[in-house]
Amino acid sequence: MSFIEIDSLLKVVVAGLIVGAGLPALFALGVRLAAGRTTPAAVDADGAQLTPSGDVVTVERPTIARLIAGGVCFLVVVLAVAGGIVFLANGGH
Amino acid sequence: MEDVTETLLLVLVVVTALAFDFTNGFHDTGNAMATSIATRALKPKTAVALSAVLNLVGAFLSLAVAATIAKGLVDAQVITLEVVLAGLVGGITWNLLTWLLGLPSSSSHALVGGVVGSVLAAVGTSGVIWTGVAAKVLIPALLAPLVAIGVAAAGTWLVARQTRKVPESTSTRAFRWGQVGSASLVSLAHGTNDAQKSMGIILLALIAGGAVPADSSVPFWVILSCALFMALGTYLGGWRIIRTLGKGLVEIDTRQGMSAETSSAAVILLSGFFGFSLSTTHVATGSILGSGVGMPGAKVRWGVAGRMLAAWGLTLPAAGLVGAVCYWIQAGIGGALGTVAVFAILIATSVAIWVASRRKPVDHRNVNDEWEPGTAPSADAEPALADAAATPAVAATASPEAGAVTAAPSADQQRARQRAGV
Repeated sequence: MSFIEIDSLLKVVVAGLIVGAGLPALFALGVRLAAGRTTPAAVDADGAQLTPSGDVVTVERPTIARLIAGGVCFLVVVLAVAGGIVFLANGGH
Repeated sequence: MEDVTETLLLVLVVVTALAFDFTNGFHDTGNAMATSIATRALKPKTAVALSAVLNLVGAFLSLAVAATIAKGLVDAQVITLEVVLAGLVGGITWNLLTWLLGLPSSSSHALVGGVVGSVLAAVGTSGVIWTGVAAKVLIPALLAPLVAIGVAAAGTWLVARQTRKVPESTSTRAFRWGQVGSASLVSLAHGTNDAQKSMGIILLALIAGGAVPADSSVPFWVILSCALFMALGTYLGGWRIIRTLGKGLVEIDTRQGMSAETSSAAVILLSGFFGFSLSTTHVATGSILGSGVGMPGAKVRWGVAGRMLAAWGLTLPAAGLVGAVCYWIQAGIGGALGTVAVFAILIATSVAIWVASRRKPVDHRNVNDEWEPGTAPSADAEPALADAAATPAVAATASPEAGAVTAAPSADQQRARQRAGV
């Protein structure tokens, strides 16, 4: 009996990175796409703000295409969670 | 008379198994919900209620891993009701003690430790399958946090990069949802995996006691009572452990919380899928640490992490020692009286630990207080054990006019810079 099942461990690490780090990244991408885009507003060469309100950035509303792309990201995440629940219901191993 | 003794023993084992199930529930609430509570994605009471419901649902989801708790770890022939009882008492005692200290430690390792200890006391080293203990318990305990730290750190770093330019209010709102969703999945997985351990023990006891045939499946009342006791434990919430996980290890925001919980859920489910079972607690703790490692500028309290690691190392021997002592007491007194004596010791220990916990209670009201005392309203003259390690920090920050002028302010500035950098 080997003490470390390297094979299983490697699978867990690789799949864990893809799913465990990939899904939050995908979710974050969705948030980024669906959120308004910020652009620096009226900042001069020295970085001083020139707007009367003192806002450093202006926020543009996302385009429809970005919203859809963001929605797809969220959908993939939701489907992955659903997959996790199905997996648990089927025995969890 | 023999029958009465057997029945009494069986009843006490079942009651003790349910008590273990209960401690498992409140010990592990933090694994799923600590981050959601710390970032205020959920109110503390709402979080534990959600977790309790999901644990309950999870317990009914699947019965596939029941009755595997000590398989491959100890010789199945030597498992008697006495051994199981002493092992359970060892597991419960360690769970309560670590709860008092606010240290998350694996409930299943505590149970394994207790059972291994009582087997050692009963038949000596020949009863324990050491290679199994090393391969299934010790090595995974070292690897689980490492894997989780890596996954969570990668996830957090990617998330932080993606959301750099997203307004904070937007990202906080969005990630709260993500966080609650991923934490819910962890709760569900915990209900499925851990409630089954208690079910397995009770089934084992019922078979050993001759109450059900050897090939029996888990009776419904066992499933129901295990699910309920775990949910009750979860709802009461191990606030001390939630506090350590949510506030003690890492200053956490919703993006980190979401990454940590997704990492936990993914690693727990995938390790089950690939047959390389890892402890929920070790994975969850590693993930939270990883979310601090991966977040640029975030602060990780490695001292707290170190104490936790020490507790993990002690889990097996400490629970084993209690299990062994209980077995000796039981065998020494003998018969029904011995069993009752062990049970009485368990009750006395539990009450004592509970009384000790009341000296500095942690509950849903103060679970989110600042970790570093000084700003915390409950930082009184006599710090409880849970904050013992943080005490030097009180002295340093509370008396800047004294000799600590050189060290304390620079630490404060650094902390402020780190906070601003996040």
